Amino acid sequence: MTLLAADSLRSPLVRLRGIGKRFGPVQVLRGVDLDIFGGEVLVLAGENGAGKSTLIKILGGVHTDFDGTIEIDGQVVRPRSPLEAAALGVAIIFQELSLVPTLTVADNIFLGRPLTRRGFVDDAGQRAAARRLLDQLGLDIDVDQRVEDLSIAQQQLTEVAKALARDARVIVMDEPTSALNAPEVEKLFGLIADLKARGCGIVYITHKMEEIERIADRIAVLRDGEHVGAAPAAELPPAKLVNWMVGREVEHQFPRHAGQPGAERLRLDGFSVWRNGRGNRPTVEGVSFSVHAGEILGVGGLQGSGASDLFGGLFGAYGAQVGGQAWLDSRPLAIASPRRAIDQGLAWLTNDRKATGLVLPLSIIANATLADLPRLSTAGWRRPPLEIAAAREQGATLALRAASLDMEVGLLSGGNQQKVALAKWLQTRPRLLLLDEPTRGIDIGAKREIYQLMNDLTARGLAILLITSELPELLALSDRLVVLHRGRLTAEFSRAEATPEKVLAAAMGRA
Amino acid sequence: MTPEQTGSAFSPARLWSNPASRALIALVLVFVLGCVFNADGAFFKLGTHRDTLRQASVFGILACGMTLVIISGGIDLAVGSVLALVAVAFSLMSIHWNWSPWVVLPLCLLLGAAAGGMAGGVTAWFGIQPFIATLAMMVFARGLAKTLSGGMKVSTAVKQADGNYHYVDVPAIFRFIDNRILGGHLSMVTVIFALCAAVAWVLLARHRWGRELYAIGGNEEAARLSGVSVAWTKLLAYAASGALAAVAGLCQAAQEQQGDPEAGVGYELTAIAMVVIGGTPLTGGRGGIGLTLLGTLTIGYLDKILSINAVPEASRLMLTGAIIVAAVLTQRRRRS
Ligand SMILES: Nc1ncnc2c1ncn2[C@@H]1O[C@H](COP(=O)(O)OP(=O)(O)OP(=O)(O)O)[C@@H](O)[C@H]1O
Ligand SMILES: [Mg+2]
Repeated sequence: MTLLAADSLRSPLVRLRGIGKRFGPVQVLRGVDLDIFGGEVLVLAGENGAGKSTLIKILGGVHTDFDGTIEIDGQVVRPRSPLEAAALGVAIIFQELSLVPTLTVADNIFLGRPLTRRGFVDDAGQRAAARRLLDQLGLDIDVDQRVEDLSIAQQQLTEVAKALARDARVIVMDEPTSALNAPEVEKLFGLIADLKARGCGIVYITHKMEEIERIADRIAVLRDGEHVGAAPAAELPPAKLVNWMVGREVEHQFPRHAGQPGAERLRLDGFSVWRNGRGNRPTVEGVSFSVHAGEILGVGGLQGSGASDLFGGLFGAYGAQVGGQAWLDSRPLAIASPRRAIDQGLAWLTNDRKATGLVLPLSIIANATLADLPRLSTAGWRRPPLEIAAAREQGATLALRAASLDMEVGLLSGGNQQKVALAKWLQTRPRLLLLDEPTRGIDIGAKREIYQLMNDLTARGLAILLITSELPELLALSDRLVVLHRGRLTAEFSRAEATPEKVLAAAMGRA
Repeated sequence: MTPEQTGSAFSPARLWSNPASRALIALVLVFVLGCVFNADGAFFKLGTHRDTLRQASVFGILACGMTLVIISGGIDLAVGSVLALVAVAFSLMSIHWNWSPWVVLPLCLLLGAAAGGMAGGVTAWFGIQPFIATLAMMVFARGLAKTLSGGMKVSTAVKQADGNYHYVDVPAIFRFIDNRILGGHLSMVTVIFALCAAVAWVLLARHRWGRELYAIGGNEEAARLSGVSVAWTKLLAYAASGALAAVAGLCQAAQEQQGDPEAGVGYELTAIAMVVIGGTPLTGGRGGIGLTLLGTLTIGYLDKILSINAVPEASRLMLTGAIIVAAVLTQRRRRS
């Protein structure tokens, strides 16, 4: 193995030279060089919109119209489709998953390269092979299940299995952990270590510093579409890395100013949510707590804790399938529909911007104003100048980077999409903000700006309920914390009391 | 990143990437075709253009309603039948019962809107696919049209009590709709089409409802969670499509001077083709009335050019089919 690794260090598996790419008049990549070696994890870092996803889409055969050359094993190639790239040994796990939701896990794994017998798809063979593969990876996923019924994490891991089924030697992962919880991340890292040992080259895109520190062997940085540099991870401590990415110094801390809680904003008494209808077990059961104006209340819990359902229930996303009592500013909260919730001053940033947050074919302006249209129109007639002003203001607050505000949201980089989703809710001027994974996919500089924004908002009297799978973020930002386990509240901590251990124990129901 | 603007703003690639310019190019190509195969100068006569526009108008009105529904992510197969239903009802009320147009016209619009709205309501509240719900309405409305008319054309030949037919005058409202203005150079139905398109455009582009239709077509769940009342918004789109089908039915009846329960068969497909050729995708969330106008003109002119060149109908249909595929292929959103 070591021999192999040393060998492959000399000649890279993949060599990108002078890659340039433009969309219409917008140049997003300029003269980018990148080497990918076997047996190594290369972290590709850079701000939102720096061009990371675009670069790997070129390697993966998604964008076929670009400048520069791609060499694989010394051969100049030009993959014209993801299938061709796969045939060349390159597998990409895109930021936006590319599984077919209505097909089964097995069908997805062999999609485009089915196992056949006498010209027909060998269903039994595929299922057996898929099962073997998943077992090898230590994944407990039913191969007959439809992908749409899997959790995002399981879908993510299915993508990895799909890549392996094609004997990929270069595996690119674009922010693969953005929807994974801690144990699942461990599983993925275990997988990566395996792949590395087999001599595969891994390209890993992430905005999470802890992950970079843990798995990077080498780091390459893009800024504004240009290659800033590449260096062994050991030579690139976090401060320097951030400097490369942002072009200036950024303190990597959580700047939470201790808030001064005001009047009680929301109080829940025995609140329950029947997400799957009254006949079933409630996903949130008898939860009681309160949040004050100017306060950030963290809601901790593992997957399936019901924290997200609690938000949805409060917001009226499941209609009146709720029980118990809820007061907003000492008045009973009317829970009926999202519209009703918005009118009462609630805003809910969901944790899946693609599925539930954004209307991808519409412009930034249309998305940013969608929830606030009643106020931005007169007797039903829209007022475009007001909408443009609103979008511009929110965009500036969130440091949104886009060629123009008329751009389709689907064409934005992942992090900038997240900012548009957030902009939509800030635009409604809420009194209670329900944030579910607000910094998902957001770069370090912008994260800090969002933390700062949360400070500003709470200083102006807003109350925030916060879910985040990043424990350090949860602990640092929350003035108080409640922890849910299987829909029930298991602990409540003040900022001073909360430690990672205590929160985790409570989240596993061992408090 | 501050993306730098390079190159001129006016490049062929950019022109091609915009659905409106692609639809325009298609229309221009059809015009060039007309100039080349001008059937001994027939294509250069004003009357030819007036007739083309007149014949395209009924379809164009249907296509405007269809655009609203398609943008919301649905489809409306019922418009051809609703057209027939309203044509029959309009003729019955105007010719046989002699009712005033002030009563008849609103009733007809209401009838169309109700038929469309019913299909829309079934889709919106019971989650039945638009294809199925409007297919059901397509069959039902056709049946109702036949029931009302007794299976016969409702014309100016009115059966008397003694069993003899007695011819009555064509009602004034029929003649008004079938009129020409501007010295005979423009048909009234074309003006009505233009009005319908203008109303649909304003609603889509400037009204909150229009924006919400786009949002529903683009991502229904995100729209719902952003406070859009999805069911009502959708229902209104189908009701509007039904009302526009009613307007088309009025025009059709006036032009034929009768209410034919068999009218409008297959018109829904032409309307859909016009929308799609314009560049509004069936997947919803994109497109617009401007594109549909271009699509309507493209198909309308194509048909006219083929007919003035005496291309037999059989070949005309096959050619039109091929051209629809070609147009949609060029409309396909490509990744670069
Ligand atoms: N199809 C497209 N059309 C136009 N612009 C595009 C398209 N795809 C990407 N872009 C633009 O290219 C730039 C780079 O986007 P890219 O997705 O590569 O960023 P990224 O580095 O992956 O960012 P993030 O960390 O937010 O995911 C962005 O400004 C984006 O808006
Ligand atoms: Mg990206």
